[in-house]
Amino acid sequence: MSKKHKVGVFICHCGKNIGGYINIAQLVEMVKTIPDVVISTDQKYMCSDQGQAEIKKALQEGLIDRVVVASCSPTMHEKTFRKCVSEEDFNPYLYQQVDIRENCSWVTKDIQEATYKAYELIKAGVSRVKTLEPLWSTEYPVTPTTLVIGGGIAGIIAATDILEAGFKVVLVEREDQLGGWARRIGKGFPHLTPIKDFLKEKIEVLQSHSGLKTYLSSEVVGLEGFPGNFKATIKQADDTTVEEEIGSIIVATGFKPFDARRKPEFAYGESTQVITTVEMEELLEKGELSTNGQPKEVAFIQCVGSRDKSIGNEYCSRTCCMVVAKQALLLKELIPDARVSVFYMDVRAFGKGYEEFFEKAQRSGVIYIRGNPSEVYKSGDKMLIRYEDTLLGRPQELAADLVVLSVGMEPAEGAAELINTLRATADKDGFFLEAHPKLGPLDTFSDGLFIAGCCQGPKDLPDTVAQAHGAAARATVYFHQDKVIKEPVVATIDADVCSGCGLCESICSFDALHLDEKKKRMTVQEAVCKGCGACAATCPSGAISLKHFRPSQVLAWVEGFLS
Amino acid sequence: MDFLEKHELYACLQCGKCTGGCPVSLRAPLNIRSLMREVLMGGSPEVALDCPGLWDCTTCAICTLRCPRGLKPSEVIVGLRAELVEGGRVPKTIIDALEGTFKHGNPWGRARQKRIEWKGDTAVKTLSDEGEAEWLYFIGCAPSYDPRLQRIPRILCRILETAGIDFGSLGTKESCCGNEIRRMGETGLFEELREENTKNFNASGVKAILTTSPHCFNTFSTEYDLDGFKVLHYTQLLADLIKEGEITFSKEVNKKVVYHDPCFLGKQHEIFDPPREILKAIPGLELLEFDRCRERSLCCEGGGGRMWAEGAGEGERNSEVRVKDAHAMGAEIIATACPFCLLTLEDGAKTTGLEEEMPIREILELVAEAMGFDDV
Ligand SMILES: Cc1cc2nc3c(=O)[nH]c(=O)nc-3n(C[C@H](O)[C@H](O)[C@H](O)COP(=O)(O)OP(=O)(O)OC[C@H]3O[C@@H](n4cnc5c(N)ncnc54)[C@H](O)[C@@H]3O)c2cc1C
Ligand code: SF4
Ligand code: SF4
Repeated sequence: MSKKHKVGVFICHCGKNIGGYINIAQLVEMVKTIPDVVISTDQKYMCSDQGQAEIKKALQEGLIDRVVVASCSPTMHEKTFRKCVSEEDFNPYLYQQVDIRENCSWVTKDIQEATYKAYELIKAGVSRVKTLEPLWSTEYPVTPTTLVIGGGIAGIIAATDILEAGFKVVLVEREDQLGGWARRIGKGFPHLTPIKDFLKEKIEVLQSHSGLKTYLSSEVVGLEGFPGNFKATIKQADDTTVEEEIGSIIVATGFKPFDARRKPEFAYGESTQVITTVEMEELLEKGELSTNGQPKEVAFIQCVGSRDKSIGNEYCSRTCCMVVAKQALLLKELIPDARVSVFYMDVRAFGKGYEEFFEKAQRSGVIYIRGNPSEVYKSGDKMLIRYEDTLLGRPQELAADLVVLSVGMEPAEGAAELINTLRATADKDGFFLEAHPKLGPLDTFSDGLFIAGCCQGPKDLPDTVAQAHGAAARATVYFHQDKVIKEPVVATIDADVCSGCGLCESICSFDALHLDEKKKRMTVQEAVCKGCGACAATCPSGAISLKHFRPSQVLAWVEGFLS
Repeated sequence: MDFLEKHELYACLQCGKCTGGCPVSLRAPLNIRSLMREVLMGGSPEVALDCPGLWDCTTCAICTLRCPRGLKPSEVIVGLRAELVEGGRVPKTIIDALEGTFKHGNPWGRARQKRIEWKGDTAVKTLSDEGEAEWLYFIGCAPSYDPRLQRIPRILCRILETAGIDFGSLGTKESCCGNEIRRMGETGLFEELREENTKNFNASGVKAILTTSPHCFNTFSTEYDLDGFKVLHYTQLLADLIKEGEITFSKEVNKKVVYHDPCFLGKQHEIFDPPREILKAIPGLELLEFDRCRERSLCCEGGGGRMWAEGAGEGERNSEVRVKDAHAMGAEIIATACPFCLLTLEDGAKTTGLEEEMPIREILELVAEAMGFDDV
C-alpha cells in the first residue's frame, strides 16, 4: 500500500464564469469528504496573486504534498499553477488541474447538476494526483543558427534580422540567385517605387554579414533532430549533399503564379494576344509596349485562378487587384490614347493607401467593368471577350488587341514535398498551415519551424516583409535563452518487457524511436519525443508508457469517476 | 428544401460569368444571372416564369461548368421549366414532344414498331431475345427515326461487325434516354424512362453500353445509376479500335475537314481527343480547327429541348456563325459527332445559302467513306 497523501484542492470562481453556475460553497464542503483531501477552499480568482499565495502558504506550512486547482482548462492556466508551485520548490508534475469551466460551468445549465459534475471531476482529479510522480525537465544547448529556406523577399528580410541580432543563418535558395518574384516586379503599388532598387539594397545588406552561409541552386531534402538542435540535409546543384547543424527553421518558399492554361476558355497559350500579369509586368518594365504595334484596346481580366471553385481555388489571392490597378495605370501613362478596361467581380483594396490608389487608376481613365468574363476568342486581328456588364445587365463582347489575365497565387512548386520533409502541415489549398490563424500566424505545429511570406498564403510585399520580421523574432527566441527546455512528459521503455519488434518505430511521426541493434531493444530520443503517446498505445507487449500518463495514472483517474 | 436553397441562390456572386458565356445570351432574351437574382429577391421561382427566353437555353452547361461558386445555373433553368411543366404553361411543340415520349417512347411520337426502321437489312441481334452480347448499342431516338440520320447507326453496326465486336441492341424495346426530357422540365417522365431503360439494360445481360449520341451518353453516365456498366460514346470505342488496328481504311478522303465539338461530348465530358484521333487517322483527310474549339466550342443550339422549341432568339443563329466561320477558313466539310449538332448545322448551312459548299457530316459517314462502305 502506498503512503497516504495530503491533497489540497483549490476551487476557483473565475468571477461569475464558474461561481455563477456552480454552488461553490456546497462544492467546497463536498470535496472535503473525498478521501485524503486535507484542504478544500475557494477563491474568486485562483490565478490572481492572492489565489496563488494561498497555494504557496499551504505548501510552506507543509500541510499538503499534492495540489489540485479546479478552474479553467489546462491550456489556459496549467503553466501558471505549475510555475506557482515550483516557486515553492515543489515538483510541478505533482500538480493536477481540473477543468470545471469549459468542461462544466459553461456547458451545464442546471446549477445542481453542474455542482455535482464539478464534484465528480475533482474527485477523479484527486484520485489521479495521488498517483503522480515527480518529473524533471531537461535542458539542451542550442545551435544559434537559423535555416532559412527560400531567398525571396521574405527569406532575405528574415535572414538579415537574424544576422543583425548576432546569430547565424544558413540560406537555401533553389534558383541560382536571390530575390524570388520581387526580382520580376517593376514598380510597386501603391507608391510606384522601383522594387528592384529596394531589393538590390536589401540583398547587399544581407550579404554584408559574415554569419551568412548561402546555398544557391540547392534544396533541403532532409531534417532530423529537435528544436535547438536540428540537422538539415541540403542537396546542391551538383547533386551532392551537405549537412548543416541548425537551431531553428524559417520557411519562405513563396508562391507560383497560377498557370493560366488551366482556364482554357481564356485562350492563353493559343494566342499571343493573351498574356498574364507576370508577362505584363516585364513588358511594362522594358517599356516594350511603347514601340510600334501599340495596343489600342487592352483588357485585364481579374481573378484568373482565384476565387474560382471550378479549378479548386476558392481563396482570394489578395495582390492581383492592386497589381492590375498598377499595371493599368502605368499602361495608361505609357499609351495615353489606349483604352484600358479591367473586368472585375469586386475590387479588394484593403491595404494602406490602396483604395486611394484604385481611385487614382480609375481617374486616369481606366474603365472598370463589373463582370467576370467567360471566354476569349479570335475574330480577325482582335480577341473578343465574352462578358456581361452586370451593372448594366447587358451581355456583350469587347474587342481587344491585348488581353491580360490577372493570375492568382498558388503554393510554390514542390511545396507538398517540402511540407513532408519538414513534417509541417499543409492547409486545404496546399500552403503551409500556421499554428493558429490569429494567435500563431508565424508558428507551425512543428516546434522550431516558422513561416513567412507567400508560402503561408497569398500576400503583398508589405505583409510579406512584416511576417518576415516577425518570423525572425520567433525563430531566435531559443537563441536568446541559450538553451531549450524539454518537458519531461515523454515515452519511456521498460527494456525488460520490450521484445524489439519495432512496431512503435514505424508509428512515431517524429522519428523519436530507434532500435538498439545490439541489444535488440527500442530506445527513446527524449529530446525529440513529443509525448503524443501513439507508441504506448501501439506496443503489443505494453513495454512503453508515457510519463505522467502511465496506465496506473490514467486508470486512477477513471476509477476516481467510478468510485 | 425550397427552390432558393436547392439551387444555392444565396451563394451567387452575381459575377455574370454565366450570362457572359451563355451562347444564346447575345441573341435571346435570356440572362440567367439576373434571372437567378430575380428569383432570390422575389423569394420564389414564380417571378421568373414569364421570362420569354426560358426555352432558349440549350443546357450546354457552359454556365455551370465555369461558375466560380460551383452553382448550377443551367439546373435553375431546368427547375424553372419544371415549374412551367407542372402548371401546364409550356409551348405546344414541347407538350407534343413530352406526350409522344410518354406514349411511344420518343419525342416525335412515332410508333414504337418503327423504332427499328433504321436497320434496313443490317443484321443486329435483339438483346436478350436473340442471344447475348458483350456490348449493348443504344441507338437513340433521332438516329432511329430521322431519315437523314438513319444511316449513322447502320454505319456504326457495319464498323463494329468488321472489327469483330460482339454487340446487340434493344430493338423496339429501346425507349428515349430522357436526357432532353429532363431538360424540358419533365422530371417525372425522365424518371420513368430511366427506370424502364435500366430494367432493360439489366435484363440484356451486357456490361457495356455504347451510344450514338452524346446526349444519351451524358444521361447514362451522369444521371442514371448504372454502376457496374461501362458507358462509352462511340467515338471513344472507335478511336481505340483504330489504335489497335482493328479498323483499317482503304480509301482516301481528300478533304479539309473542320471538327465541331458537341457540348455534351466536349465541354461536359472532356471527350475532345477521340473524335480528332478518328478524323486524323482517315487517309487524305486534313483536319482543321475552329478558333472556338474544345472548351471554347460554340454551342450549335440543338440541346436542352431546342429541337422541339424554336426559342425567342433573334438574329444570326450560332449554327449559321459556325457554317460561315468554317467556310471562311477554307473548310470543305464540317464533321461532328452528335445527331443534334448534325441537324442544326445542316439548318445553318441551308439558311446561310452554303448548303452546297459546306456539307455537314457525322464522323461515322467519313469513316464509312474511308472504309469503302458505299452502300450504307
Ligand atoms: C506580377 C506581380 C506583380 C506584383 N507586384 C507587386 C507590387 O507592386 N507590390 C507588392 O506589394 N507586391 C507585388 N507582388 C507580390 C509580391 O511578388 C509578393 O508579395 C512577394 O514576392 C512574396 O515574397 P516571398 O518571399 O514570400 O515569395 P517569393 O517571391 O516567391 O520567393 C520565394 C523564394 O523561394 C524559393 N524557393 C521556392 N521553393 C523553394 C524550395 N523548395 N527550396 C529552396 N528555395 C525555394 C524561390 O525560388 C524564391 O526565390 C506582385 C506579384 C506578381 C506576381
Ligand atoms: S457564374 Fe455563378 S456566381 Fe457568377 S453570376 Fe452566374 S451563377 Fe452567380
Ligand atoms: S446552359 Fe448554356 S444556354 Fe443555358 S443558360 Fe447556361 S450557358 Fe446559357
